[in-house]
Amino acid sequence: MSIAPILIQAETVSREYRLGEAVICAVNGVSLTVRRGEFLALLGSSGSGKSTLLNLLAGLDRPTSGAIRVQDRNLSELDAEELARYRRETVGMVFQSFNLLPRMTLEENVELPLRLAEVDRNERESRVGEALERVGLGPRRQHRPSELSGGEQQRGALARALVNRPTILFADEPTGNLDSVNGEQILLLLREVQNFLGMTIIMVTHEKPLAERFANRIAVLSDGRLVSEGETK
Amino acid sequence: MKARDLTELAVRNLREAVLRNSLTTLGVAVGVASLVAMLSLGVGLQALASQRLTRSGLFDAVFVTSQRDFRGARRPGSETSAPKKEARVLDEDARQQLAKLANVTEVYPQVRFITEVRYGGKSPTTSVLGLPDSSKGSGAFEGMTGSYFSSQIADEAILQIEFAKELTDQPATLIGKELVLRYAERAALSKESGGNGSFLEGMMGASMPGGISIVPREKTLRIVGVIESDPSAGIGGFGGARVFLPLETAEHLHVAQPDDLQAFLSGDPAKPSYMALTVRVRSPKDVPQVEAAIKQLGFSTFSLLDATKSLRLVFTVFDLFLGLFGSLALTVASLGIINTLVMAILERRREIGVLKALGATDRDVRSLFFAEAGAMGLFGGMFGVALGWLIGKALTWGTTIYLHRQDLPGVKISYVPWWLALGAIGFAIVVSLIAGLYPAARAARLNPVEALRYE
Repeated sequence: MSIAPILIQAETVSREYRLGEAVICAVNGVSLTVRRGEFLALLGSSGSGKSTLLNLLAGLDRPTSGAIRVQDRNLSELDAEELARYRRETVGMVFQSFNLLPRMTLEENVELPLRLAEVDRNERESRVGEALERVGLGPRRQHRPSELSGGEQQRGALARALVNRPTILFADEPTGNLDSVNGEQILLLLREVQNFLGMTIIMVTHEKPLAERFANRIAVLSDGRLVSEGETK
Repeated sequence: MKARDLTELAVRNLREAVLRNSLTTLGVAVGVASLVAMLSLGVGLQALASQRLTRSGLFDAVFVTSQRDFRGARRPGSETSAPKKEARVLDEDARQQLAKLANVTEVYPQVRFITEVRYGGKSPTTSVLGLPDSSKGSGAFEGMTGSYFSSQIADEAILQIEFAKELTDQPATLIGKELVLRYAERAALSKESGGNGSFLEGMMGASMPGGISIVPREKTLRIVGVIESDPSAGIGGFGGARVFLPLETAEHLHVAQPDDLQAFLSGDPAKPSYMALTVRVRSPKDVPQVEAAIKQLGFSTFSLLDATKSLRLVFTVFDLFLGLFGSLALTVASLGIINTLVMAILERRREIGVLKALGATDRDVRSLFFAEAGAMGLFGGMFGVALGWLIGKALTWGTTIYLHRQDLPGVKISYVPWWLALGAIGFAIVVSLIAGLYPAARAARLNPVEALRYE
């Protein structure tokens, strides 16, 4: 079996925050490689820096030092406009608290990335329908987030993340606000996305059993450092 | 993001916080309404003044005299003359020539004379004036009893009410009745019939014409109207007279005029000259050009052009102040927009974070808030224009009621022209966008990670 090419390469990435006089190092010299089509779980306790690292890899934040190379682009060298394009075209994001906009219907929420990417109106409808069907929410498209269960909201958020057909899907504690049944359903969907669409998935979680069950590889962080890294069985 | 998507999102966002956004939009509307009401008042009053003054013949008329005229009415410094290369007689040929000038609508002499009027055994002496056809639209005869002349050659007369009261206690009953004018007609004499011309010939040369004769005549006229107020006076205006005739009718009477003596001395009493002619132009702005053209022909001119300029200056300053006061309310309303949008940023912080996480650029976020501010300006502007128009209507209505109680005709004091309506909406949008500058920039600057963390 051939080895997949490297998609993301983090080189001694650090992220520091200033809190008054104190400097807090949320991510401290992390070097990490992610291959195309891989399902990587970033594991760690609360405050370990896993979400900060995810934000850096997703282009939501910039490292204080180090480099993050994605498809031959160094994210730390991109300007705000280019970084936004990276998030729009290369990245899909799923959050712990779903982050569907409460004023919009599910359909409109899923359509939002297509609006931002200036996709033609005629194409949007079919792509929104396709994404919602994939997560099993086709009949709920006209509902508002408040009319959906937590599991449905997270599936809706997953549809929104997939609609732009990104290369990498970042999931920040996607099961954190869900019961075990819904949580498992979401992770099954993520694996389906990985297997059928060949998408690279990077998921932050603190639940080791789930990470071991669904991810191909686990990277463990503690106090902002990468302490261990390895394939799952 | 495309403009259509941006607009849809902006309108959707405005609809969600409907009460707050409606109140903010209402604030803009009140500001625009005050601006529109103030300026419509300025425009209306200016239009009213211009209309009345233009109708008076003060500002769209050039008063023309011959440079060799010996009028006693000449006021030093009040008229301008071209270099005296050729002093021309203001005769019929000159009148025709003036009428052919560009932007000239009418050229007429002032036919005014004193005469005896006979009616019902009374024979008062009064002043008669010939009215050009244009006087019909001057507004001077609005609300008169009876009607205006049926034609310019009709044997008809309109009486001033004070004079009509001298003829009868009930002036309205005069309509349709006839009166007789007794006047002195001027007739040219040939050399043969000149009689005593030989003495003048001896004094002034062989080219001396026969002379003129004065013959008493009578003319029967039908009274068609009684005018209650003195018609507007002015340069070439119609004021001062008490009996009015159509100008052509008056001219055909060949009433002896003071300038007949001048015509006699100038050499050809058979070809009458005018003491002065009034040249009406298409619009007051045409006055300078026409005046220059007339001077080129060798005549003296007089106009109230400077007065028009002063009038415009006064109204421009007036409009400026009205606009400034009106804008104050809109400025206050713009603070409301800033407040609403800053509140919206606080409330929608997380939403902004999501938008950025999904790939929205700073410009997209800024544009969204701009579009919301602009939409509030647009809706507020449109509503404000309608409100301002209604206020203007109410002002006109109230003023008309007040004027009617004072036995005066109603006037339209407020007018909202299309440019004011569009300008006010545009101004509201611009003010709203300026008000949205700070909130939009603040929203665009939000760090997506911090915004997503916001609860």
